[in-house]
Amino acid sequence: MTSDHPKHEGAPVSARLGIWAFLATELLLFGGLFTVYAVYRVVYPDLFQQEHLKLNRLLGTLNTILLLTSSLTMAVGIAAIRQGRQQALKIALTLTLLLSAGFLGIKYLEWSEDFSHGLYPESNLFFGLYFMMTGLHGLHVVLGMLVMGWLLVCARQGRFSAQYSTPVEVTGLYWHFVDLVWIYLFPLLYLVG
Amino acid sequence: MSEEKVPSPGLRRGYLKEKGFRSWAFTHDHKRIGIMYLIATHLFFLIGGLLAVLLRLKLLTPGPALMSSHAYNVLFTMHGAMMIFLFIIPAIPSSLGNFFIPLLIGARDVAFPRLNLYSLWLFLAGIVVTVASLLNPIDTGWTFYTPYSAKSATAVTALSLGLFLVGMSSILTGLNFIVTIHTMRAHGMTWYRMPLFIWGMYATSVIQVLATPVIGMTFILLVAERIFGVGFFDPAKGGDPLLFQHFFWFYSHPVVYVMILPAMGIISEIIPTFSRKPIFGYKAIAYSALAIAFIGFLVWGHHMFVSGMSTAAAVIFSFLTFFVAVPTGIKIFNWIATLYRGSISLDSPMIWALTFIFLFIIGGLTGLFLGALATDVHVTDTYFLVAHFHYTMMGGTVMGLFAGLHYWFPKMTGRMLNERWAFHAWWLIVAGFNVTFFPMFILGMQGMPRRYAEYPAKYQPLNIVATVGSWVLALGILIMFVNFIRALKSGPPAPDNPWHGLTLEWTVPSPPPVENFEEIPTVTDWPYSYGEKEEPGNDE
Repeated sequence: MTSDHPKHEGAPVSARLGIWAFLATELLLFGGLFTVYAVYRVVYPDLFQQEHLKLNRLLGTLNTILLLTSSLTMAVGIAAIRQGRQQALKIALTLTLLLSAGFLGIKYLEWSEDFSHGLYPESNLFFGLYFMMTGLHGLHVVLGMLVMGWLLVCARQGRFSAQYSTPVEVTGLYWHFVDLVWIYLFPLLYLVG
Repeated sequence: MSEEKVPSPGLRRGYLKEKGFRSWAFTHDHKRIGIMYLIATHLFFLIGGLLAVLLRLKLLTPGPALMSSHAYNVLFTMHGAMMIFLFIIPAIPSSLGNFFIPLLIGARDVAFPRLNLYSLWLFLAGIVVTVASLLNPIDTGWTFYTPYSAKSATAVTALSLGLFLVGMSSILTGLNFIVTIHTMRAHGMTWYRMPLFIWGMYATSVIQVLATPVIGMTFILLVAERIFGVGFFDPAKGGDPLLFQHFFWFYSHPVVYVMILPAMGIISEIIPTFSRKPIFGYKAIAYSALAIAFIGFLVWGHHMFVSGMSTAAAVIFSFLTFFVAVPTGIKIFNWIATLYRGSISLDSPMIWALTFIFLFIIGGLTGLFLGALATDVHVTDTYFLVAHFHYTMMGGTVMGLFAGLHYWFPKMTGRMLNERWAFHAWWLIVAGFNVTFFPMFILGMQGMPRRYAEYPAKYQPLNIVATVGSWVLALGILIMFVNFIRALKSGPPAPDNPWHGLTLEWTVPSPPPVENFEEIPTVTDWPYSYGEKEEPGNDE
């Protein structure tokens, strides 16, 4: 476990390359759904226009703000630990977790509202896409929260420092990706023009 | 290399020294993980092969016999699904790739050893779910085409989830290899000093990372279709079954290059080693692997020429299909040029490698028949396709795998195989393979459709030939595996470098110790200077 191991010399580089490759995989995974969206949007433009009006735009906008802000707090956390400020990292991670929990809470409200209006995945192609896309995205938010919870535990044990911040940075990249997917989902689903 | 020439008895066990369940289930050693993949995948090779023998037995007679039509549908689905997803996709990358990538680039392990273990667990979990689906085995064919797969009462959901897990394992393994090859190479090993097996595995890993998520999404959508009633592929709900086919083949065509590129990598190692000549056209072979990986993403439409596709799209896909054959041809010409005026020795790895070249030429060229639009219409869904596919996959990938197994068996186990047994297994397999599958080209040209339990009596003579061939093939494979097991128990100890190879794995003991290298080597040259340097490996 000493530094003459090449695998430890290159560890942060490996981790960063690894997460980028992972994000490429994720991009192709979501890419499948975006392809379905593109195909049926072209085939049924009227259906998409008409059905998207049933979504709650206010809650969608609120969620966009929450998630964008959580990306900011995550970035602040990374900047903090690069300077070795552990307390700031803990606060930033906690805020990020709270904001993403808020996102999921609102998502839950939205879905309940949809169900109460009789809107289900099998209702039509638009809602099939809506539930699949936001569902898969929501799952990624949950996974991200689990990892950030673990980061918070590690941060409390003081395991991160200016010299060792790779797990935080890698999680940050993942989190920005999740955020980015939402930035595409929001206009495609809520703002069909 | 090392001065201590008298290893203690324990040292010769190398990485295999530790015993017990935990030493395997929780190991981070890429070699042990590779061995576990090797055993798991080959188990399914034998099961899938047994199913194939049953299928051929059924087809001995044109009428109903031996099993119901439903049982026949189930058997060919299981044969295809197991062979493709549990054997041939992971067989070389996850087993030999895991074992030899770190050794060939001079590293102690892969970049993420723990992730490597998780990948193995995911693979095993996927196998468990897949096997559980056998309680109600599916009958859709391994291609899962909708709308039938969305409605079939069989366990499509379970199998999809099982294969999703297998796919995740494949993605994470590919990711691990990409990072390993980028960051773990020994000092002095520049990209152009890498063994060609590494180039092949690199191209493979890129496909695994970029194509597998698409089949993952396809399985998710199929399950959503079955459970939630989402209608993406259901015409009754405005969906389109063709979209499923596009998704399916967007993965399943590139994945045939996941199967073949590692095999081509193995051949690129064996040909120069047993010709005692530097590989001809190193860069051409290396870049053609990347070219195959890249163009391979753009040809999926050739599986759908008769499914409904605009003429313009069909012409483009047809052109690209011809185009992807070019880098393959480049590789084959370079291998042959390497053989030219070499000092060839026909040890077992070499006869398998030469068999690969011979059979893959047949498989590859018949692929062009299928890529040509008019010909394809004539032979679509006939035995011609079955023959083509088996010539590329079994004649190509599996022969490459066998070549690799015979080449690296001494390194992996520390024991030598019996060459005479290997030779007898080889001629039985090659003869059996050709007798089984060559008649299928003719049957296909005559119009015999695939996937039917019964067929018109006029096709019977060639079917009898094929069935008899399958017995010879099975016998050959049996002998080969007996040879493996015999050698494991009582084979003579292997020297460190039995084939006088120049790649780094031959510089360490057989079997290699934990963490591979006492000291990370410094590389000063490419590994193909055969005949230009003093012969290495005369260590016994």
